[in-house]
Amino acid sequence: MIQLRRARRYFIVGEQTVRALDDIDLDVAAGEYVAITGPSGSGKSTLLNAIGLLDRLTGGSYLLEGTDVTNFSDDELARTRREKIGFVFQFFHLVPRLTAAQNVELPLTLAGVEPAERRQRVEKALAGLGLSDRARHLPNQLSGGQRQRVAIARATVTRPQVILADEPTGNLDRASGRDVVEILEELNSSGITLLMVTHDPELAARAAREIRMVDGMIASDGRPGSRP
Amino acid sequence: MTARDLIAYATGSVLGYRVRTLLTLLAMGIGVASVVALTALGEGARRYVTGEFKSLGTHLLIVLPGRSETKGGAPPLMGETPRDLTLDDALAIDRSRAVRRIAPIAVGSAGVSYREREREVTVLGTTASFIEVRHLKMASGRFLPEGDPRRASPVCVLGAKLKRELFDAGPAIGRWVRIGDRRFRVLGILASEGRSIGVDIEDIVIIPVAAAQSLFDTYSLFRVLVEARSEEAIPRARQAIRDTIRQRHEGEDDVTVITQDAVVATFNRIFTALTLTVAGIASISLVVAGILIMNVMLVAVSQRTSEVGLLKALGATSGAIMRVFLAEATILSLVGAAAGVVVGYAGIRIVDRFYPVLSLSAPAWAIASAVLVALTTGLLFGVLPARRAARLDPVAALAGR
Repeated sequence: MIQLRRARRYFIVGEQTVRALDDIDLDVAAGEYVAITGPSGSGKSTLLNAIGLLDRLTGGSYLLEGTDVTNFSDDELARTRREKIGFVFQFFHLVPRLTAAQNVELPLTLAGVEPAERRQRVEKALAGLGLSDRARHLPNQLSGGQRQRVAIARATVTRPQVILADEPTGNLDRASGRDVVEILEELNSSGITLLMVTHDPELAARAAREIRMVDGMIASDGRPGSRP
Repeated sequence: MTARDLIAYATGSVLGYRVRTLLTLLAMGIGVASVVALTALGEGARRYVTGEFKSLGTHLLIVLPGRSETKGGAPPLMGETPRDLTLDDALAIDRSRAVRRIAPIAVGSAGVSYREREREVTVLGTTASFIEVRHLKMASGRFLPEGDPRRASPVCVLGAKLKRELFDAGPAIGRWVRIGDRRFRVLGILASEGRSIGVDIEDIVIIPVAAAQSLFDTYSLFRVLVEARSEEAIPRARQAIRDTIRQRHEGEDDVTVITQDAVVATFNRIFTALTLTVAGIASISLVVAGILIMNVMLVAVSQRTSEVGLLKALGATSGAIMRVFLAEATILSLVGAAAGVVVGYAGIRIVDRFYPVLSLSAPAWAIASAVLVALTTGLLFGVLPARRAARLDPVAALAGR
């Protein structure tokens, strides 16, 4: 599913080169549940952005479902994101002037799906997350947990193979955080590959596999809690 | 993203930022309104002036003493004085077959009095055909009688205002008025025709040309109005006038012949140029509005950086993001232009109510070009912000940086 070889991502900050990803080799199979952990600045978000094709690698190669996407053009990357990847962000990133339903509809609109089909799929996605009665609410009329559920509905409405979640519970209280994680896990058990960046060890422990990043390198990779 | 979704999305964000939208609409509206109103004013002035000239009469040639045309050849000698244009010259012109009728004009100013009232007015000496040449109408009585134009009969025709001032509502026809040091019998009153280039025909007294010449002690005519037989006869009439004058003035055609068409055409050109100039100045405000749109869109892009990042994460191509922002700029300038046309029209209506004489109306080309310029500037100045949005790095944009 995801195959990174000697993946590098360097940032130039002033006169220094920061190695956010330093020769990383990583294989993730379809349907896996992976937690990416590590101290801040260790490169875990950069790794997620690179996998999500939001960021380009400085060097190395990236195969997504057997396709080499390393040298894709911007438009090809956009199309691939649209078709294969769903994002869930820490700060939800809902468009404030759009209702919950319109936010969920947005990726379908961008993909040029027919309005009738769009409506159907949005309804289904919202119903699946228990948000049917919130469809016409604006984001500021929703609680944090509800907002994140709308964001998950938006990420899944395009039926992606991978969901990338960057601190999905970081902005939520415990109860709604657990709620959100359970929803994500449910999606994973239906076959969607789930990669989740978190600094919460409790959350990481729920995953089948934990990748610990330190200074742009993978420090450990295996069952959660295992130390090399 | 289909066109409909694009428009819906852009409309949503235009409506989402009210203050920004209102300010832009205001700027665009003022720009378009001023173009519409100012071109309407220019057009109104043009039509007013050309209408004035047309009301002088059709197929009309005006003969003035003296040459003021420039032609090739030797420059005129210094100190050359033109010969007078005389009544005999005018009568000779009348013999041409290309000429239907003529009206010689001698002009002066004199006091006109009836009993204890006296007014200083323009005295116009002419012949019976003047009324036809100038298409004037009588309010009552009759115009100067036909007959030998050399005869200085003591009769006169009064302008409507002069009649009111001398006689109030009382009867004037048949009474004797004093003009200068002579007495004239009133034959009729001119209908008040309102406007006419040159002389205000309301405040005027008309007497036979010979009487005017002797009153002012001159043989020279102010000018001769010549009506050609038809529009096609105008060049022949002009040639006939020149030939006649050359014969009579020892080989010199020292008169200026102005045709009505030439005058009208000249004024047309002048006022069209004026209108275009004014419209050009007004469209500067459209450019300013365009710059404002650019400014507003740039602010919008930086305000909505994270939205752009999100759209990119959701799979929007750079082109799609560019189109979203361009659509917003287009909507802003279109609605602004529409508002401007409405406001401009309202302004024209108001001016029209107070000055109906100008009969203002914005020409279609002005409206079309104002809207077009508004749209072009909106789009043009929308490109830069849209490109900035499209080029945003999605990671940085999502982080709100």
